[in-house]
Amino acid sequence: MSDELKLPLAGTPFGASPSFVDLVRSERPEAIPEALRRAAATELQVASATTVLGLRYADGTLLAGDRRATAGNLIADARMRKVFPADDYSAIAIAGAAGQAVELVKLFQLELEHYEKITGDRLSLEGKANRLAQMIRENFPMAMQGLVVVPLFGGFDERRGEGRLFYYDAIGGRWEEDDFQATGSGALPAKNSLKKRWRPGLAREEAIRVAVEALIDAADDDAATGGPDPARGIYPVLLTVGPQGAAEVPEDEVAAAVAAVQEERAR
Amino acid sequence: MSFMPYVAPEQLMKDRSEYAHKGIARGRSVIGLEYADGLLFLAENPSATLHKISEIYDRIAFAGVGKYSEFEELRIAGIRLADLRGYAYGREDVKARDLANAYSQALSSIFTQQLKPYEVEILVGEVDGEAGGTSIYHVLFDGSVTDEQGFVVIGGQAERLTEALRTRYEPGWDLATAVRTAIGVLASAPEPRDLPAEQIEAGVLDRTRPQRRKFRRLAPEEIERAAS
Repeated sequence: MSDELKLPLAGTPFGASPSFVDLVRSERPEAIPEALRRAAATELQVASATTVLGLRYADGTLLAGDRRATAGNLIADARMRKVFPADDYSAIAIAGAAGQAVELVKLFQLELEHYEKITGDRLSLEGKANRLAQMIRENFPMAMQGLVVVPLFGGFDERRGEGRLFYYDAIGGRWEEDDFQATGSGALPAKNSLKKRWRPGLAREEAIRVAVEALIDAADDDAATGGPDPARGIYPVLLTVGPQGAAEVPEDEVAAAVAAVQEERAR
Repeated sequence: MSFMPYVAPEQLMKDRSEYAHKGIARGRSVIGLEYADGLLFLAENPSATLHKISEIYDRIAFAGVGKYSEFEELRIAGIRLADLRGYAYGREDVKARDLANAYSQALSSIFTQQLKPYEVEILVGEVDGEAGGTSIYHVLFDGSVTDEQGFVVIGGQAERLTEALRTRYEPGWDLATAVRTAIGVLASAPEPRDLPAEQIEAGVLDRTRPQRRKFRRLAPEEIERAAS
C-alpha cells in the first residue's frame, strides 16, 4: 500500500511523499520486516512482550508496561522496555512478538519524525492513530504466522486540548477508549484492577499509583508478567503525555508508588 | 534530429553561471554563524510558512536561497537521505559532510547536464556533541563546496553583507547577541532600513538542548526580544 499521491504532472509524481515507510519500501525493501514474511516464524521461539496498559487522567494520557519478555517458559529479558515516546506529544506501548514490536515502534517513530520534517507540521493525533492502524494491518501476514503485535497508543490532542487513548487488534482494527485499556497476556487482571481503581479526572500522582497497582495485580495472576523487583532495581516504565508533551515518570517516583502499594498489601 | 548551433564549452558554462548568479542575487540573504551554544541560521523572509531554514536530522540543519521550488526539492532529498541512512545504520552515522557531498554531486550534474542550472545556494550546518565543534558547508549551484569558518552569508547582497559581518563578528556570542547582530547586518544592505521581527526567520542547532534533535525554530517573540 502506498499513500503517495501519484498524479503525473509533466511526467513527475506530484508532491513529495511525507511517509518514511513508503520511502524505505521503495529504496531499501530488504531493511523492513516484510522481508521476513517467508520465514517459518511459528517454528521459531521468539520473545514475547507481556502486559501494557494505558489510562486517561486529568492532564492527559498515561501508558505503562512491565519489564518482562518471555520465550516459551523462559524469561527472555527482565528489563525490556515496552513503552516509548512516539514523538513529542504521543507515546506507544507494545505487547506481542518483541522483536517485531520494537521494529514497528522504530518505524512508527521515524514515520512521525519524517512527516514532521518534510511537511513542517506535526500530524494530528487522529492522523497518527490512523497511520499506526495501517502499519499494523500491513503486518497482518506475519500476525497469521504468530508474530502478533498489539499496541496501545496514547497522546495529547493539541487541537482538542485533551489526552486520548487508542487500542488496536492484530489486524489493524482501531478503537478509542474513554477511560483505560490493557493488552497482552496479563491484560485481564490488569483491567480488573483498573476497573476498581480508575475514576475520571485522576491527578497525576493518583494515576501513577493506579497504573502501578494494576501492573502488580497483573504480575500476581499472570506468569508472563514481571512484577516490580526493588532488590534488583526493576520497575515498570511509565510515560505521561500532557500539554507539556511526553515525559517518562522518574524511577524514584515509580519506586515510591510501588512501595506504597506493597506496604498496603503487606498488612 | 534537431541541430544545436555550436557553442564553446567555456561560453556555455559562463552563460549558465551568470544565469544562476543573477537568479540568486535577486533574492534575499541568509546568514549562518557560530555562537556559544551552536549554530544560528537567520534569514530575511516575509513568509512565516514558506521556510528557507529547516531541520534535516538530529544535529544537521539546512538553509537555502534562490528559487524556492529548487531548494525545497534539495531539502526534501536531504531529509530522505538522512532518514534512510540513520535507519539503515545508526543515527550517529548521519553526517553533514556526506550530505554536502551528495548535494555537491547532484548540483554539479544538474549544472553540466541540464539546460537550466539550479538557481540556488545552500548551507548544511552541523553541531557535534560536547566537543563544541561546528561545521558549515556552503554548496553552490555548480556543485562547488566550501567549508566555512565562523560565519557565512549567501544569496542577495552576499558580498556586501559578508564584509559588514566580518567587521562585527566575534566568536562566543550568546544567542541574543548573535540574533541582534545578524538582523543588523541584514538590514544594512542594499540600503539601510528597518527589519521588523516578523520579516525574520531563524533557527538554531543548539547543542545544549537535552533532546536528541538539536534543531529549534525561534518563535517571533523570541526574535523580537533578542532584537530589541
